[in-house]
Amino acid sequence: MMQRIYDWIDERVDITPLWRDIADHEVPEHVNPAHHFSAFVYCFGGLTFFVTVIQVLSGMFLTMYYVPDIENAWKSVYYLQTEVAHGQIVRGMHHWGASVVIVMLFLHTLRVFFQGAYKKPRELNWMVGVMIFFVMLGLGLTGYLLPWDNKAYFATQVTLEIAEGVPFIGEATKTLLAGDAEIVGAQTLTRFFAIHVFFLPAALFLLMGIHFIMIRKQGISGPL
Amino acid sequence: MSEKKQQVSRRQFLNYTLTGVGGFMAAGMLAPMVRFAIDPALQPQSKGDFKAVAQVDEITNEPQRFDWTIDQTDAWYESEVTKSAWVYKQEDGSILALSPVCKHLGCVVSWQGNSDYPEQFFCPCHDGRYYKSGENVEGTPPPVGLDIYEHKIEDGTLYLGKAKPREGA
Ligand code: HEM
Ligand code: FES
Repeated sequence: MMQRIYDWIDERVDITPLWRDIADHEVPEHVNPAHHFSAFVYCFGGLTFFVTVIQVLSGMFLTMYYVPDIENAWKSVYYLQTEVAHGQIVRGMHHWGASVVIVMLFLHTLRVFFQGAYKKPRELNWMVGVMIFFVMLGLGLTGYLLPWDNKAYFATQVTLEIAEGVPFIGEATKTLLAGDAEIVGAQTLTRFFAIHVFFLPAALFLLMGIHFIMIRKQGISGPL
Repeated sequence: MSEKKQQVSRRQFLNYTLTGVGGFMAAGMLAPMVRFAIDPALQPQSKGDFKAVAQVDEITNEPQRFDWTIDQTDAWYESEVTKSAWVYKQEDGSILALSPVCKHLGCVVSWQGNSDYPEQFFCPCHDGRYYKSGENVEGTPPPVGLDIYEHKIEDGTLYLGKAKPREGA
């Protein structure tokens, strides 16, 4: 059945080369953990991607209940976690995933660093990777405020003070992030929400796209 | 048996296992999220308690609008919302309380809402009309008559419950 649907479409629009180009390529022996167990270090990039997919999916579902408003944000998180079926699991996935994704990203970076995989011709992909790292940190930072509890509030207060410490542009940066020169409040929450849910994920998808296209073009780096 | 050619090739076996394991992981990930998303559809319907709405001796043979408030819990938001009914005494002396919600697409109807149609309920959204009994006027948009509130009378006070669709509607 599935085969026939596939054939029907393939006959008309020739989709086979499309996915073959993405999915069908050899895994060299030196990155295959079945040959050398130590090759598991090559999995961290894929694991980062896997956890990112979980973050995106669980985040999309959380926004079905969450509201970015100082009166209701905490209440909506409390409601979705205590009253909605599996709310604790879905929030838990997003909450713990936010830390796991950074750990995976860091391990992936360590592998690339200690194998020297960032060297010519892969310098550009190292730079893109560093940008992904900052986007990820930004997601963690902006997401942390969203539950609008005490921990969230004071963590953001501290972050904003750190931003303010930057010479010359510090004060303007802080105001832009917080939406107000003095108050950490209504406008901070809506800004962080917009950045967390629209701006940074868009940047993340773009950067990941570039990252993966470059990997396909250049191939994985050779054995040590 | 042992001489027979293998029925499942190595490639097929790997395909099946990988699809199986992958599908299991995807399902494990998606199941809680889907259950989370469809939760509102699985909540029990509110029963609708009876609320005191009017004194019986205020009710005449002419439909009058009575408003009352109920406490509504909308997830994390609690508020008072106003409900209304068109109430009158029928020929036989029994009380009829009609929901003002138009059965076409949910606007609000009023008794004699259009001076061209006295003795009828009128809906301004698409000129829907109903007779005094709440039955819809054929040829206007509403397909059925107005819902009827459950009611009871205690110590001369009218209590209304939930508005129910008519029989056969
Ligand atoms: C890969 C990236 C992401 C990371 C690292 C991340 C990180 C975080 C963090 C640390 C929190 C606070 C969680 C808590 O304290 O419970 C959070 C909350 C939230 N995130 Fe994300 N997030 C990511 C992607 C997304 C995406 C793509 C969306 C939506 C499209 C999203 C929507 C939300 C919402 C609605 C909340 C508030 C609910 C809550 O606090 O439980 N996130 N995020
Ligand atoms: S909603 Fe009343 S006539 Fe259309």
